[in-house]
Amino acid sequence: MSAYVLPIIFISLFCYCSYKKVGVYDNFVKGAKKSIPLIVDIFPYIASIMIAVALLRASGLTSLIASALSPVFNFLGIPTELVELVLLRPFTGSGSYGLLESVLQTYGPDSYISRCACVILGCSETIFYVTTVYFSQTKVKRLLYAIPVALVCAVVGSCFACFICKFI
Amino acid sequence: MYISIVLFILIKYCMNKIWFVMMVGSMCFLIWSNPESILSCMIEAGGEAFSLCISLCAVYAVWLGLLELVEVSGLGQKLARLLKPLIKKLFGTNNEEVEKMIALNMSANMLGLGNAATPMGIKAMKSLDDGSGRATPAMIMLIVLNATSIQLLPSTVIGLRASAGSLSAGDIILPTFLATALTTILGIILVKLCEKACKKRKNKAGGK
Repeated sequence: MSAYVLPIIFISLFCYCSYKKVGVYDNFVKGAKKSIPLIVDIFPYIASIMIAVALLRASGLTSLIASALSPVFNFLGIPTELVELVLLRPFTGSGSYGLLESVLQTYGPDSYISRCACVILGCSETIFYVTTVYFSQTKVKRLLYAIPVALVCAVVGSCFACFICKFI
Repeated sequence: MYISIVLFILIKYCMNKIWFVMMVGSMCFLIWSNPESILSCMIEAGGEAFSLCISLCAVYAVWLGLLELVEVSGLGQKLARLLKPLIKKLFGTNNEEVEKMIALNMSANMLGLGNAATPMGIKAMKSLDDGSGRATPAMIMLIVLNATSIQLLPSTVIGLRASAGSLSAGDIILPTFLATALTTILGIILVKLCEKACKKRKNKAGGK
């Protein structure tokens, strides 16, 4: 069913645009052009976090941490393979995409683990990053309950993601 | 570009420490077990990062192209108008400009384009600031909604999944939507509850 969602959205978007007499091709090109500077900007950050994660993995520290924490996460319904992803997600968006990529490669994109990883990434945000960035232009010093509430939501979301992927 | 500013701030505030711990911790371990693998491991990871960037670039090219169409055709504005009553209720704002910024921020988030949502979010946050040095309930609501926001289309994730060779990359749309709907509702309830608790405490302190 949901295989049809994307094509239908695309077709209706294109039809709407040509109905509005918007240059479909011109504007698509204009938007697509923005992807190159975006990638140039984020590459160093992705590279540095992936280097750190690769070292962590090679040293065996991650499996130590993950296995130490996995009883807690397993209790919540999150598979051991995804503990690393759930832990890293609030800090770095690009880094967690890097982890997702390796999960997809290791377990295959259509496996239960990969689908869980995708849903977890889709339903959570880089909380610390968003918070620092959004408050960067304000004078706010005390965040009160902003981060705790966001983190609780993220954990609940991840649990629910793993739960629902068993059925859908 | 705003992305680099944003990333700069992030790196400045917390990533320095995190990265330091990650690198030094793992190197200390590797020195005992396998010292000659450190450099090759780092270079290999750099290569992996590069190939990830190539697939991300493809994903962004498609989605940013489509987003441009959404914006130019006026669909973005329409979405903003659609979300307006909801925003009034959640944030209790009366400012036209703030409402528009929040609406655009929310709609970009719904389409899974967190990067596109950031500049609008920063602007909205700036105009919500009352200069007291404490986060207002509306600001916290904006942060929490951004952290949990409902995803109609988790576009980046779908893109990466498709480029990894998935047979039906789109079948995560429904579970993602359900999971984010749950977290969003939970987030709103928690924010409202905390807001009430804060007010109560304040009133008590004021009464004394």
